[in-house]
Amino acid sequence: MKKTHLILLVLIAAAIVVLISYTGDLSSYETVSSAKQKQGKFVNLIVKMDKTIPVQYDPVKDPNLLKFNVQDSLGGKIAVVYHNTMPTDMEKSERLVLKGKVQGEVFECSAIVMKCPSKYKDNPNAMKEQPVTIAN
Amino acid sequence: MNTTQQPATMQFIGEHLLPGQFGYFFTILSLVASLVATFAFAKSFFSNELDTQQSWKKLARTAFAIEAFTVFASFIILFYVISNHLFEYKYAYTHSDKNMPIKYLLSCFWEGQEGSFLLWSFWHCVLGIVVMAKVKSRESGVMMVLSFTQVLLATMVLGLYFFGSKIGSNPFIMLRHEMSWPILQRPDYLNLIKDGTGLNTLLQNYWMVIHPPILFLGFASTVIPFSFAVVGLIEKKHDWMDQALPWATFSAGILGLGIMMGAAWAYESLTFGGYWAWDPVENASLVPWLVLVAGIHTAMIYRKTGASLKATYLFFGLSFLLVVYSTFLTRSGILGDTSVHAFTDLGMNGQLLTFLLITVLPFFALYFARYKHMPEIQKEDAVDSREFWMLVGSLILVLSAAVIIAITSIPVFNKLFSTKIAPPEDPEFAHNQVQVFVAILIGLLTGAGQFLKFKGTPNGQFWKQIKLPLILTAIISAVIFIFIGIAYNDKGIGFLGALYIAVAAAVFGVVGNVHYWMTSLKGKLKSAGASIAHIGFGLVLVGILISSADKKVLSWNTTGINVLTVAPGEKKPVGNPRENITLFEGIDTDMGQYMVSYVRDTFDTRETRFFELKFTNKKTQEQFLLYPDVLKNNKGMEGFSANPSSKHYWNKDIFVYVTSFQDHNKEDTTSFKPQRIKVGDSIFYSNGYIKLEKVLVNPNANRAAGTNELSLQLTVTSKEGLKYTSAPGILLEGMNMTSILDTVKAQNLIISFNKVIDNQKGILEIGVKESKTLTNLITLKAYEFPFINILWIGVIVCVLGFWMSMYVRIKKLRRTK
Repeated sequence: MKKTHLILLVLIAAAIVVLISYTGDLSSYETVSSAKQKQGKFVNLIVKMDKTIPVQYDPVKDPNLLKFNVQDSLGGKIAVVYHNTMPTDMEKSERLVLKGKVQGEVFECSAIVMKCPSKYKDNPNAMKEQPVTIAN
Repeated sequence: MNTTQQPATMQFIGEHLLPGQFGYFFTILSLVASLVATFAFAKSFFSNELDTQQSWKKLARTAFAIEAFTVFASFIILFYVISNHLFEYKYAYTHSDKNMPIKYLLSCFWEGQEGSFLLWSFWHCVLGIVVMAKVKSRESGVMMVLSFTQVLLATMVLGLYFFGSKIGSNPFIMLRHEMSWPILQRPDYLNLIKDGTGLNTLLQNYWMVIHPPILFLGFASTVIPFSFAVVGLIEKKHDWMDQALPWATFSAGILGLGIMMGAAWAYESLTFGGYWAWDPVENASLVPWLVLVAGIHTAMIYRKTGASLKATYLFFGLSFLLVVYSTFLTRSGILGDTSVHAFTDLGMNGQLLTFLLITVLPFFALYFARYKHMPEIQKEDAVDSREFWMLVGSLILVLSAAVIIAITSIPVFNKLFSTKIAPPEDPEFAHNQVQVFVAILIGLLTGAGQFLKFKGTPNGQFWKQIKLPLILTAIISAVIFIFIGIAYNDKGIGFLGALYIAVAAAVFGVVGNVHYWMTSLKGKLKSAGASIAHIGFGLVLVGILISSADKKVLSWNTTGINVLTVAPGEKKPVGNPRENITLFEGIDTDMGQYMVSYVRDTFDTRETRFFELKFTNKKTQEQFLLYPDVLKNNKGMEGFSANPSSKHYWNKDIFVYVTSFQDHNKEDTTSFKPQRIKVGDSIFYSNGYIKLEKVLVNPNANRAAGTNELSLQLTVTSKEGLKYTSAPGILLEGMNMTSILDTVKAQNLIISFNKVIDNQKGILEIGVKESKTLTNLITLKAYEFPFINILWIGVIVCVLGFWMSMYVRIKKLRRTK
């Protein structure tokens, strides 16, 4: 066998090991109730805001503390704590992807991805409606 | 009125129909012309007779010229539509507005899918014209492939229905054809549409004017090495490398530049606090570059030794196919959950998938059909030869690309197999922990590779030459480690060690190539292209490693507002960032080595709100101003988008952006609540208690004559256990009494000393006012990026190196003719 083939094999093996070890880092999308079963494990929740409970955020007291409540499509509810500023548009967004862990009864969130209206895309829903500026 | 009675030929007032009619005509003609060009170039290419070749080529060139004309014309018409604010066209309505600065009109052009496809097509036309003018042999073959990709791109902007399914999305579509708003049925609807919805605020940045055209030229130019490879496979003639290499080096240079301009845009206008986030869109542009660079190296091996032919075909093929794949990823909406900056789904997924398959499948069919017949060197590779290690380096680049694209494709995997795999907890680290080893290996190989000779190096020569670079690397690395240091402890000692090795390896990459250029090439510029590209690449690695590993958060919240909520002894909380600091207007706030003050804010004509922040270095007393801004979001979105601002030093950047702001409520109706208090007593307010420590008489020795001052010494203790002092007082000037108020901004308290109620018992009255917000405030994130300039300089050097090498190769090619 040629040395280059050997090196190629070694490198491909390395790449496969890397990818397999990477799969160990991967997380999963969970529902609120299944996430509660997995205390302390990093998960992704797809939820929407529970607007019956007001959002708590006061940058004067603590700019890095946001508390709000969410609900998933199965009706599971959980309180969320997010140690960061409140993302703009959060209350408007239809769907949130929360990354973090359930600790006790609270979801300790480390990142929020907002779905639609997103920051970068055109908002397809806004486009479906007639814009206010051109109403008579 | 019944709408069915509405005449089909209703006239709408004020519409400009001509540009759209021309636009539609040109987009259709462009498809036809590119079909004709593909067919005619193919006829010319596959014909054996010179006469037939020539006559078909003549026709094909004319067809391609028409194709180029139609694309340029569509380009100009679309720009006309946008710049004249013809909102009857959907593209202008959705991507621009009237008070947009002229420089951003171009960004409007490429904000949408249609415009960016047109841009891609535009560059293909420019490249095609250069190919027709400059490439002598294989012109027909290369142009056949190029014209075929033009057919595919032309269908992307077609916007016609075939058998009920829509092919492409036309940029010249009318608003009233696309939208079902009732007012669009009115003849005078244009009078009612006052303005477009504007350009996405994040794209209103000068980098967005220049970066997409450069990046798309990079994407487009990968098609030329790809075409040469396809032609080589069809003809079974493999001597096209000399012709293709200048194109490949041009492409690697411009694509690299485009990618890093994107990084610069992210750094200057996005607020994820850096220039690279391993976002799928970034990965999708980096991966073709890595594979292309690998292809350039294997092509050079083939030219010198006759080995690595199969790899060269594969890599040049893949670099273009990966561009098509990333087009599919970013435009089909499949990334939805993982990327913030993919394009909107236009319902063209089927077509994008067809585009991908129609390029990938035939290429691999052809590749494997020819695979067995490709010549191969049977000789054992010498371990002391340059080609051996060049191949190893190329394979590392390709495998690194494979790992990146595999991870980026998780959403595709989820779609195919209906799985629900989500990204890992720290997606950036997941990439970094792998790519740091790639950086180490590539750094070492670029540094050492050139000291080896093709087909084997004379005994001992290699170690003799490499001794000095190794010593210099050790010295420079030691200086970096001692004076700058690598302070990235978040991921444990193993990763920190890897970072140290990577910095040394990258330094070696730079030093080795400088040494090779100075000694072996005697400092001549002529053949230094490769060395210079390597130096640049090494600098990029050094810059990335130092600026990211030593990135410092300056705004760790130390205002005393919430420090106690972090348990004592707790480390810098990972994934629990308390990186925001609150600044009150007009108040100096302690932020690590700086005092920061939010001086004021101003608006410009586009309602961008600039916050003037004054930074004072505590040690040197140096002062500077930064102006991060926020721009109100458009397109029906609430909120604002923030633009960072940076102070550039030669050795670091101070980088800040506003994460939120709150305006002070002017109608402050809360009044002072009088409360009785004695020395040693405490009274409560909503967030804690206030204790009267003592009463001071004339504490200020420098008071004006004839005045008397009575001052209270109060301690405010908040629920969180934070203590603040306050000293309201009374100033007596004869019979005049002035109350001296004191505020505790962090607790929103204003305290007054009202009067003495009972002198004997020492009962005093103080007034306490709690307001919602005392002043305007912002929350801010601030970072320091050390030595980020090494990265930017490295990019420029690397690109120059690629192009120098291109220039030398073109000259050589002319001479051999």
